[in-house]
Amino acid sequence: MSAPPSPDKIPVTVLTGYLGAGKTTLLNRILSEPHGKKFAVIVNEFGEIGIDNELVVNADEEVFEMNNGCICCTVRGDLVRIIDGLMRRKGKFDAIIVETTGLADPAPVAQTFFMDEQVGAKTKLDAVITVADAKWLSDRLKDAPEAKNQIAFADVILINKTDLVDPQELNELEARIRGLNPYARLHRTQRAKIDINEILGRNAFDLDRILDIEPNFLEGEHHDHDHHHDHSHGDHVAHHHHHGNGLKHYHDEDMQSVSLRSDAPLNPDKFFPWVQDLVATEGPNILRSKGILSFKDDPERFVFQGVHMILDGDHQRPWRADEKRDSRIVFIGRNLPEDKIRQGFESCIA
Amino acid sequence: MSDPQAPIPSLADRVRALDAGAPVVGAHFLGQTPVFVLGEETLLIADDAGRRVPIHAGGILASASDGERVITGGDDGKLVATSADGAHRVLASDEKQRWIDQVVLGPDDAVAWSAGKIAHVITNKGDERVFEAPSTVAGLAFAPKGFRLAIAHYNGATLWFPNAPGAKPERLEWKGSHLGVTISPDGKFLITTMQESTLHGWRIADAKHMRMSGYSARVRSLSWSAGGAFLATSGSEQLILWPFDGKDGPMGRQPKILAQSESRVAVVACHPKQPVVAVGYADGAVKLVRIDDDALILVRHGDGQPVSALGWDSTGQTLAVGTESGEAGVLAL
Repeated sequence: MSAPPSPDKIPVTVLTGYLGAGKTTLLNRILSEPHGKKFAVIVNEFGEIGIDNELVVNADEEVFEMNNGCICCTVRGDLVRIIDGLMRRKGKFDAIIVETTGLADPAPVAQTFFMDEQVGAKTKLDAVITVADAKWLSDRLKDAPEAKNQIAFADVILINKTDLVDPQELNELEARIRGLNPYARLHRTQRAKIDINEILGRNAFDLDRILDIEPNFLEGEHHDHDHHHDHSHGDHVAHHHHHGNGLKHYHDEDMQSVSLRSDAPLNPDKFFPWVQDLVATEGPNILRSKGILSFKDDPERFVFQGVHMILDGDHQRPWRADEKRDSRIVFIGRNLPEDKIRQGFESCIA
Repeated sequence: MSDPQAPIPSLADRVRALDAGAPVVGAHFLGQTPVFVLGEETLLIADDAGRRVPIHAGGILASASDGERVITGGDDGKLVATSADGAHRVLASDEKQRWIDQVVLGPDDAVAWSAGKIAHVITNKGDERVFEAPSTVAGLAFAPKGFRLAIAHYNGATLWFPNAPGAKPERLEWKGSHLGVTISPDGKFLITTMQESTLHGWRIADAKHMRMSGYSARVRSLSWSAGGAFLATSGSEQLILWPFDGKDGPMGRQPKILAQSESRVAVVACHPKQPVVAVGYADGAVKLVRIDDDALILVRHGDGQPVSALGWDSTGQTLAVGTESGEAGVLAL
């Protein structure tokens, strides 16, 4: 199902974030920095863009269900049309940025790139960037499911307006975000100031980059952020506990990640039916999935990534001699049946 | 069925090649003069002088022609009419400069266009009528008889009488995103292309449904054969022709499957008088396909550059071809 990456495909970056988090500030920053790149920008109809940019398209966020009996298979109908239209001006821009409304679910945007063959042939989804308000995100995670979706779905998260909170609150918030999304890159920003190389050209949906871009995922339980350690809990956190390595893990009430790992090789004849059945039954609840797999008697590493029910997987490259051959998977989603998923995964061991 | 490997007669060396220099998004004729609509700003009027006429400040999203003028809609929010001498004028502008991405020509020189959810009709007297669709207008088609416009949108299509403001528009419903629309030349059937790789159809008299599926990709090009017996479609590695010659149309019938190729059909254009279809493939090949016996004639060799536009002159003596990479060609038969 996965096509070889084409150098001609235009990268598309999706900017999400709850109302007032700083999406437009980030967008204006991207457009105004002297990087020499030209962007086509798709903004929501109510958005304001403060920078002159030749190619700005206003979109009505039209989320359309696909007629395949799958309620989570939705696409952004407006994007299908707009990208088709923009391709007439190919050569006038290097990349596309899609800014969503503050209440938008990122999944239909992402799925458009996998469900529409024409869009997928001309463009490729680069990454979902979520801007979070350091002061208000914790509250929004409690009362706004959209905000939680945006955090859980993100490849890169900007914790913005860090000047409005103290370091302890910030650490608390980061731990909370990590509980929802263990593999996104986190950046602390003020006025959305960030090197644009940290948000563009991420190749987050490129199977070849699944490992390169996610040190946390690669390291499994060992986080590379050292500022998570020994801070006190907030009352709003449903429950939390200490792991052996001294890190505190936060578990959201309904949104969480399930990480699986096995040193023993898997049986592909068991694994594929299992994972396909899992996304078929739990697809509406699974926001993102990623995995690196070691199959029995298979010299090559298999990698996959998914959005809801859509899975994209392929052999990546031979395992290196000095590399530990193990399998790792992470599912991020809502009310995931963790025990059932763990048992299912273990039954796939060859 | 023809053997895709067998050599077929070729007219490729008789094609007059033109360098369009930009993606070709439409191919029309004004009288005998081929006119290529380019992806950005310009029409290439391929008369002896080979004139380039800038008509939009940006991308050109849609075009239609009645043989006397080419009507284009652009991302500059303008609707422009151009005649063979290159003279052009703005027929309408979107007040918010939204993209005009659907344009069709109707009876009595009427023009229909849309931007966002609003479909507009301009009559030959210059009167303008508007209709707001429940979601963005994704396709427009005039009925062959009567002054009636079909509008494709999410969850169905609407039939609207622009000159009967009191009449309630008729809604044909089917779940999903309907992108293109056409009405059979006998006026009995309305067919839409969908976001999924299927067509959906209704018999207009009783709204009875038809599903036409089996495509490997979204159907992006539709064309009625001369006389309306077949609807030719892109979206598969063959030319798919749905039969519309009986009272039930294609209900319960199989399509005709011709012109098998390893590459997908990208554009179809039926000959205006003969049972012949010009078929453009994603690999750049163009073939003429005879509907009766699947006899093929090569017009353009496959060179990897997807065919993006095909058009016949009204007599069917000349075919215009355009590609995504900016090559254009004219074949006089």
